[in-house]
Amino acid sequence: MSDETIQSSNYEIPPEMQGTVSITSLDKVYAWSRKNSMWPMMFGLACCAIEMIVLAASRFDIARFGMEVMRPSPRQSDFLIVSGTVTKKMVPQIVRLYNQMPEPKYVVSMGACASGGGPFKEGYSVVSGIDKYIPVDVYIPGCPPTPQALLNGLIALTKKVDKERIKTSEWYAKGSEAAVPVPVLGPDLMDPRKYALIYEQTHRPIEPEIPAETEQKEG
Amino acid sequence: MSEEQVTVAQIPDISLQFEGRVVKDTRAGYSGFIVGAEHLLDVVQTLRDELGFDYLSSVTGVDYLPEGKMEVVYHLYRSIGGPALVFKVQVPRDEAVVPSLYHIFKSADWQEREAWDLMGIRFVGHPDLRRILTWEGFAGHPLRKDWKEPYFEEETKPYKSRWPEGITGYIEDNNPYHDNLQYPAGFDPETWIPQAEEALYASAQKIGRDKELHTDTVVVNLGPQHPSTHGVFRMVAALDGEQVVFLKPVVGYLHRNHEKIGERNTYLQNMPFTDRLDYVSSMSNNFGYALAVEKLMGIKPPERADYIRVMMAELTRWMNHVFSFGFLWNDLGSYFTPMIYALEERELILDIFEAVSGSRMMCNYFRFGGVARDLPEGVLNKVKELVFERMPRQLDAIDKMLSTNEIVRNRCIGCGVLTAEQAINNGASGPNLRASGVPYDIRRADPYSIYDRLDFDVVVHYHGDVYDRYLTRLDEARQSNRILQQVVRDIPEGPIMTGKPAYQVRVPAGEAYGRVEAPKGELGFYIVSTGKPNPWRYHVRAPSFINLTSLEDMCRGGKIADVVLNLGAIDIVLGEVDR
Ligand code: SF4
Repeated sequence: MSDETIQSSNYEIPPEMQGTVSITSLDKVYAWSRKNSMWPMMFGLACCAIEMIVLAASRFDIARFGMEVMRPSPRQSDFLIVSGTVTKKMVPQIVRLYNQMPEPKYVVSMGACASGGGPFKEGYSVVSGIDKYIPVDVYIPGCPPTPQALLNGLIALTKKVDKERIKTSEWYAKGSEAAVPVPVLGPDLMDPRKYALIYEQTHRPIEPEIPAETEQKEG
Repeated sequence: MSEEQVTVAQIPDISLQFEGRVVKDTRAGYSGFIVGAEHLLDVVQTLRDELGFDYLSSVTGVDYLPEGKMEVVYHLYRSIGGPALVFKVQVPRDEAVVPSLYHIFKSADWQEREAWDLMGIRFVGHPDLRRILTWEGFAGHPLRKDWKEPYFEEETKPYKSRWPEGITGYIEDNNPYHDNLQYPAGFDPETWIPQAEEALYASAQKIGRDKELHTDTVVVNLGPQHPSTHGVFRMVAALDGEQVVFLKPVVGYLHRNHEKIGERNTYLQNMPFTDRLDYVSSMSNNFGYALAVEKLMGIKPPERADYIRVMMAELTRWMNHVFSFGFLWNDLGSYFTPMIYALEERELILDIFEAVSGSRMMCNYFRFGGVARDLPEGVLNKVKELVFERMPRQLDAIDKMLSTNEIVRNRCIGCGVLTAEQAINNGASGPNLRASGVPYDIRRADPYSIYDRLDFDVVVHYHGDVYDRYLTRLDEARQSNRILQQVVRDIPEGPIMTGKPAYQVRVPAGEAYGRVEAPKGELGFYIVSTGKPNPWRYHVRAPSFINLTSLEDMCRGGKIADVVLNLGAIDIVLGEVDR
């Protein structure tokens, strides 16, 4: 803990009390205490999860950032690390877990797969990035990201948390966000928000296929 | 395989014995036999009972679209060692029906389900032919050659859009949903009734109905998000009190279409994908794949490359086993502290991997005919330090901490027993098989690379319980250490690559099955080449996947708390289970 970051500069503290007393705003102390105790949800998906475990071990040690308490239950967590390939079969569970997390909640997308599909993107049962379903706060590149990169991403998250103010934070606004609808497994993955689009596309009159040349996109 | 390498016995010419029912496979580049579908059960029964081929290692399908044929390929071994007896069954594509081997070899269970799921081959007589890697309701059988994924661009890589023109753009833009999605024409999402998992739960609830004293069974669902499942793995168990009376694993939550992507890729492009199979031991995966393709190409790596390969494979094995001890403790309830011990050792080995390959986990280090780079300066000395000092010392420390620990002994001894017959019949491999008293190690039973020159023992234990599985891994890690000591002592100087490194290798038409003793068990790659730059069929026989067949046998009759332990002791990695 460093006093300088939390101490508001406008107040004089008598010399004999310096080092024991800080005067600050509620916002600051709130953000400060929150960012120093972010609990991840223990949730491993694929290869990236191994590097996430490594992060908790001695060489990298996220305990230094108050993040070592990994809970397998969404109820006791501040953020979710989506650590690996998101498949269509798994995405309903992830969305459900996300919905079960108490607010404020954050999502860290770890690795190429979680961020955009990664090496397996072209596969038929891989989701092209978890952000198609749940909002993501921090993206970490890499396949897998090294523990250092992950650490860097997590620090970025704490910075984000540090900047939040009680008054302006979306978490405390009236009429908080509704739960994300859980996708359904049909002939392919179905997002309930897109049923109309699916219906429209599957009931299109079949046009004669025009061999569409891929054209160079501008910009 | 060259003639002088035959270890146990020659493969009998079964086309003579089963005249009229079995013929030789005479296609160029192919080996083995073709069995008529209607004779399959008889022939296999005889092979098992009279000729001693008691270990069905791999079952997979190949879609020969141009010929309109679907082929099921079986690899059968003797559990006393020796090369494979390969035989195939050919059926028409649009009516792919083959008798199931489930009742002769339980190891066919999941593999047949996989072939049904991905290729649409119906196995008659299989009691539980549900989809396994995709989900019930999935449209189509994705590994059929005429099935196209939503992001389909072209049959094979390199895609024209990427090379040589190199057009940049989002693949999403070619899809009407701007996502990796497609639905059959005329499909209406509003009327869709998810065919969830009635079949699965129904079979769990049936159990215990017809007992005299009626007691209720409780169905418990563990996973896919569960701290004990080592990833996204799920089990459905029916409990009578605390006793498990029924257990079915549910997999596929990490199905990443390894094989479909593999068949679009060029040969070399697949190498980094193999890293991501068993992501704890990527070097071993590289090894298996390189061997299979080298078999097809008919090349051999130079001496030094062989030594480097074995060095990397054994370091991987050591690391994997130590990692598994960390998990064992975890599963016993000693949460995470022991894991930190294991990870500390692992880091040291990862440093070596990073030095040689540039990446900690996903090494992508092997090439066809050698390895990608020579050992950088100083690495050999580091390895020497490890294998002569640190590694043996740490193993002793683990041994002292765990082997006589009261909790470990009380929980593990007698837990999850798998008999030798069950293990062989279920196709268990690796430490799971050897802990059940079957001394079967591919490095000895069907030697590859330079293992026939190295001095090591095949570890075997006889009780088949969790404790013996642990002891097997511990002793095996010691043997790996012994191998490593010989390797670093004898490693010669010289080239590390046969021929010039090439992006596009020329692979003659034919089939090959390369297998290695990976830390988890028998890892096999079955590859069919048509002479093109891409494999026609690329199948992975994943040890974790097939070892899971035994999970129910291990857990039935035990307590629910031991399920976690049993699962941990099989040592699975989901990347490999679901591929
Ligand atoms: S980004 Fe790479 S390492 Fe991470 S889950 Fe995907 S394939 Fe595995």
